[in-house]
Amino acid sequence: MDNPFLEIDALSKRYPSPGGQDLTVFEEVSFDINKGEFVCIIGHSGCGKSTIMNVLAGLDTATSGAVTMDGKEVVGPSLDRGVVFQNYSLLPWRSALKNVTFGVRARHPDWSKQQVLDHSYKYLEMVGLSGGAEHRKPSQLSGGMRQRVSIARAFAIQPKLLLLDEPFGALDALTRGTIQDELIRIWSGSEQTVFMITHDVDEAILLADRILLMTNGPYARVAESVVIDIPRPRNRAEIIHDQGYYKIRNHLVEFLALRSKVLAEEHPDDGGPMKPRRPETVRPALATEDAVSDEGLSSPRMEPELVSLVR
Amino acid sequence: MSSLAARALFLSGLILVVSLGVWELSTPAVKAAGEMTEYEKLMGGADQEARVPPPSQVLLRAWEELSDPFYDNGPNDKGIGIQVGYSLFRVLTGYFLAAMIAIPVGFLIGMSPLMYRAFDPFIQVLRPISPLAWMPLALFIIKDSEASSIFVIFICSIWPMLINTAFGVAGVRKDWVNVARTHELGSLRTALTVILPAAAPTIVTGMRISIGIAWLVIVAAEMLVGGTGVGYYVWNEWNNLDLTSVIFSILVIGVVGMLLDAAFAQVQRAVRYQE
Ligand SMILES: Nc1ncnc2c1ncn2[C@@H]1O[C@H](COP(=O)(O)OP(=O)(O)O)[C@@H](O)[C@H]1O
Ligand SMILES: [Mg+2]
Repeated sequence: MDNPFLEIDALSKRYPSPGGQDLTVFEEVSFDINKGEFVCIIGHSGCGKSTIMNVLAGLDTATSGAVTMDGKEVVGPSLDRGVVFQNYSLLPWRSALKNVTFGVRARHPDWSKQQVLDHSYKYLEMVGLSGGAEHRKPSQLSGGMRQRVSIARAFAIQPKLLLLDEPFGALDALTRGTIQDELIRIWSGSEQTVFMITHDVDEAILLADRILLMTNGPYARVAESVVIDIPRPRNRAEIIHDQGYYKIRNHLVEFLALRSKVLAEEHPDDGGPMKPRRPETVRPALATEDAVSDEGLSSPRMEPELVSLVR
Repeated sequence: MSSLAARALFLSGLILVVSLGVWELSTPAVKAAGEMTEYEKLMGGADQEARVPPPSQVLLRAWEELSDPFYDNGPNDKGIGIQVGYSLFRVLTGYFLAAMIAIPVGFLIGMSPLMYRAFDPFIQVLRPISPLAWMPLALFIIKDSEASSIFVIFICSIWPMLINTAFGVAGVRKDWVNVARTHELGSLRTALTVILPAAAPTIVTGMRISIGIAWLVIVAAEMLVGGTGVGYYVWNEWNNLDLTSVIFSILVIGVVGMLLDAAFAQVQRAVRYQE
């Protein structure tokens, strides 16, 4: 069998503290992502999602463990991995267009001015930004427009892997919906692999093929890989009528509300059960009706003593 | 008079007219020659010249001087234009030499915490030294009054540019540097396309402070070394007891300083950006 496109192997991040007690943000985080897959990661604030993403981007280094993409270890930033930062990170002294050409020129140094311009315009139009707005500075654009520019810049360099850190966190619900639709449209028209951090359960279900669930930190880890068995194309209005939608949603909400904390407490040093090397794959949408009736308070595979702990 | 700007302009004009009026009325009119006593005639009217002249006389002198600013009648009698030219030449030479060192070194210090710490004690000790304190040393080592005044300008304009550049570069948002990193830009291209524009407003502020200080210092330096320049001109006219020319040159110094500052304000506007 082929190796997966992206392999995250036993990643840990520790911050030494002067007091002696090191802070272990996450430990033994391992998962794979296949080519063309759209994967979301959900977890409570501070569990280390952004840190993981920065390690994937090559901007940060893990204390131990390795990231391999396309058979090569990730050692530093690369144009093969495009990043959309949480705060957009547009260069404020450049216009929207110039922010995109900045990326395109870096990717294709041999292109003529016109080629760079044409390519940039193509992606700006793809995110619905043209007709004069592209000449404005980021400070003259709304939050939604800035995020569009940021997405256009990332897609325009055609990276193999696209990393998005809570890209829609600061947007109002309406704008968020529109840009989500645009993101999914651009992604389906490409071969790109997407890894996205979000704290919005509905957004993750709408967009992702798979959702990784992280336990609370410190000593956070990726506990489950939830497969979203909802056929594409998905539409936010129709998706809620899908058979599996609420099974998945309840599973996620329940994880975030209860199990992310419970699992975090069963630390191996406390004599808890051994963690699996890879997160357990769960398919809530395919669960039997029997198990579903239980959903909301416990998951189908939850150990009895855990359930009692929860209650 | 609806807008604030128009009302401010009106008020400025009013303040000018009132203060000039008070000044004019409070200085006794110069007596006509016929009314002079024998003693006053003997003194050649010198004590009248030494009085603070009324603004009308200053304006008259300004008109005379500005209608022929570039005449040259030997070492002690040159037009104001020539004198300002000498001063500007010294200021700009010293200033640009300082910029050529301060901005790259500021970049280095700003980008490396190690360099920041290593340079900091030297900057802290050298910065508070009055630039004129360097003059004797400069004259002794360089043995040339022209080069010494340029050196004094160099030494006084280097600090604000150096400190502001280091500060601006060190304060560039990490996100923007990360944008450069994810686009695989080399260090030179990162410096030119990300750090320089990001730090430009702070750097230009330092340059503006420096040019202001340089213009303050040149007058003092030229009074000290003499020969040419507006500073020497002021001192020379004082020695001639020509207070009208002294006041006129003070005004010229102010106007040139204002123009220099306005030029940098323009540059500042050009590099400014809003986050
Ligand atoms: N320089 C640092 N020193 C110590 N702790 C840090 C440092 N940077 C981040 N952390 C800790 O790492 C944890 C994970 O941060 P982050 O990856 O931003 O979490 P998330 O994106 O999931 O909210 C946080 O709890 C934070 O306190
Ligand atoms: Mg985060």
